Amino acid sequence: MPPVIQLDALTKDYLTDAGAVAVLKGISLKVAKGEFVAVMGPSGSGKSTLMNILGCLDIPCGGHYLLNATDIGTLPEPELARLRGQVIGFVFQGFNLLPRMSLGNNVALPLVYQRIGKAERLARATDLLGQVGLGHLVASLPTRISGGQQQRVAIARALVTRPSLILADEPTGNLDSHTGREIMELFQRINRDQHITIVLVTHDMSVARYAQRLVYLKDGLLAYDGAVADFHGVEA
Amino acid sequence: MIATLLSEAWQAMLSNRLRTFLTALGITIGVAAVVLMVSIGQGTQQKVIGSINSMGANLLIVNSASSRSGGVRSGMGGIPTLTLGDVAAIRELPPTLYASPISTGFVQLVYGPNNWNSYALGVNAEYLELRDWEIEQGRGLSESDINSATRVAVLGQKVVDNLFGDEDPIGQVVRVKNLPFTVIGVLSKKGQSMDGRDQDDSIIVPITTAQRQLLGGPFRSSVSMIMVKAENAEGLNALERQISALLRQRHHIRENAENDFGVTNMTSVAETASEVTGMLSLLLGAIASISLFVGGIGIMNIMLVSVTERTREIGIRMAIGADRRTILTQFLLESIIITVTGGVIGILIGVGLAQVVGQVAAIPVSITAQPIVLAFGVSVAVGVFFGLYPARKASLLRPIEALRYQ
Ligand SMILES: Nc1ncnc2c1ncn2[C@@H]1O[C@H](COP(=O)(O)OP(=O)(O)OP(=O)(O)O)[C@@H](O)[C@H]1O
Ligand SMILES: [Mg+2]
Repeated sequence: MPPVIQLDALTKDYLTDAGAVAVLKGISLKVAKGEFVAVMGPSGSGKSTLMNILGCLDIPCGGHYLLNATDIGTLPEPELARLRGQVIGFVFQGFNLLPRMSLGNNVALPLVYQRIGKAERLARATDLLGQVGLGHLVASLPTRISGGQQQRVAIARALVTRPSLILADEPTGNLDSHTGREIMELFQRINRDQHITIVLVTHDMSVARYAQRLVYLKDGLLAYDGAVADFHGVEA
Repeated sequence: MIATLLSEAWQAMLSNRLRTFLTALGITIGVAAVVLMVSIGQGTQQKVIGSINSMGANLLIVNSASSRSGGVRSGMGGIPTLTLGDVAAIRELPPTLYASPISTGFVQLVYGPNNWNSYALGVNAEYLELRDWEIEQGRGLSESDINSATRVAVLGQKVVDNLFGDEDPIGQVVRVKNLPFTVIGVLSKKGQSMDGRDQDDSIIVPITTAQRQLLGGPFRSSVSMIMVKAENAEGLNALERQISALLRQRHHIRENAENDFGVTNMTSVAETASEVTGMLSLLLGAIASISLFVGGIGIMNIMLVSVTERTREIGIRMAIGADRRTILTQFLLESIIITVTGGVIGILIGVGLAQVVGQVAAIPVSITAQPIVLAFGVSVAVGVFFGLYPARKASLLRPIEALRYQ
């Protein structure tokens, strides 16, 4: 079976007023199906940049990104949209729920774009909200619930399309440590029970321990790639 | 998916009621103006054409005055040149169905204590058929009334109402310019004529009686006008030429001299009037369209603001699978919903105003489906046209940039 993610010498530059700035300087990486990978690294090391490329929200400048063996560099925009909708579930640090929509509709929204009928959308959204422990809040608005609850809704939304890959950029970054642990347990359960591949960015070693594998980025390059348990920091 | 997008668009509209209302108001005013103006234009057109047509189809009017080259008739003040002999000669032309002389004048009518001023028409026995006028009571003029110049009269409804009230007028004697006339018939109700005169306020008498006893001025044997009806529309132009030729010959007009009469083809008058009033409709509609255009710019403006405000939302939607076309459709639907809502309300207001104007200001209005359907179509088109640019702008956002937008 091909890896879910395969990166070959991936690079990304940003064009700034001072000229092109290389942020990712050649990342090669394989993530197999069912893995739970934590991405760590200092601020500005390019973690979010990498996640955005993995999530098909941004495009690399060089190298290749193969998602389930398909080179996304060759795909037109509608195909990328389809991948974002069907294959990938993205969880953001800031939750990114639509504030005027009920939780149920927020979770069901990705299914709208897959042209799935209303009854099934509602059933699946209700089911997933139940799975993240918010079944009683289907009709509530995102502005009326806590941050931890909002992140659970966002995870339910990421799962509703039954993706093969969940990408999460600092999903516990806006939460207190207790709530953060609950969210991480949820990710762990999803990874264990549904064998969904997860790549998750964090600054917090205690969060990273929920994963099996750790990737450490530094100055746009991989400084460590191995088991979480074997990681003892990188030399400065 | 369209249904979901529609209901989402509707929700978006409701979540910003005041803004939606103000934006839609621009379209409402524009559409209302178009519907109102076109209704007035068409009403005027119908009224003009209707009153020309109410004279009857396939009519020619021969005037006893010279005609200028441009077809503009000179004043009626000239010496009347037409005679009853001319009428008889025209009657013999093959395409002629009916021909009647007409002499007119104002007369005072007295019956008992009541008196009334009305418009007298001296005509022959064919006149009522020529005009398609109907007798409601009694009879019309007969050949022998004409030949013996009897003092008989057929009265219009208004004259009857004013002189007789509820009394039966048939067989009664009214004094017309102090001469006794026997009422032989009553016309059925007609309404206003082309020149705005009340056709029910008239009295019809034999042309001969009118010439000799009622209206006779210095030109007793002449008639001021001859009305001719052709067998059919095809014969009308031929008849017009034949009458010209006939009258030139009868009036001994030399080769290069101008006619001492004018022939007016009422069908071509109707066509010209229809063209002119059609232009009026178009002009009114065009002026009103400007406000619709301004309303459309308002839509574009507000949609651009909306796209900017919701950049992040667009990013989120793209991140969970919305493609460019879906985003485009969503924003396009929003602007179409605004314009269609505004348009429908505008149509209702326009129709309402048209009715009020029609009744209060006595301006003829005609509310037809055509401008309403058109206004509806135009509001959809305005929504698409002015919504397309903002919607396209939204759809072309790059997902990551939209998500970063604060
Ligand atoms: N749109 C952009 N334009 C220019 N430079 C950018 C842009 N986005 C990020 N960068 C730069 O790229 C570098 C990496 O940014 P990135 O957001 O990937 O870091 P990060 O590892 O996620 O940091 P953090 O831990 O603070 O979230 C930073 O130096 C940042 O300033
Ligand atoms: Mg980051």
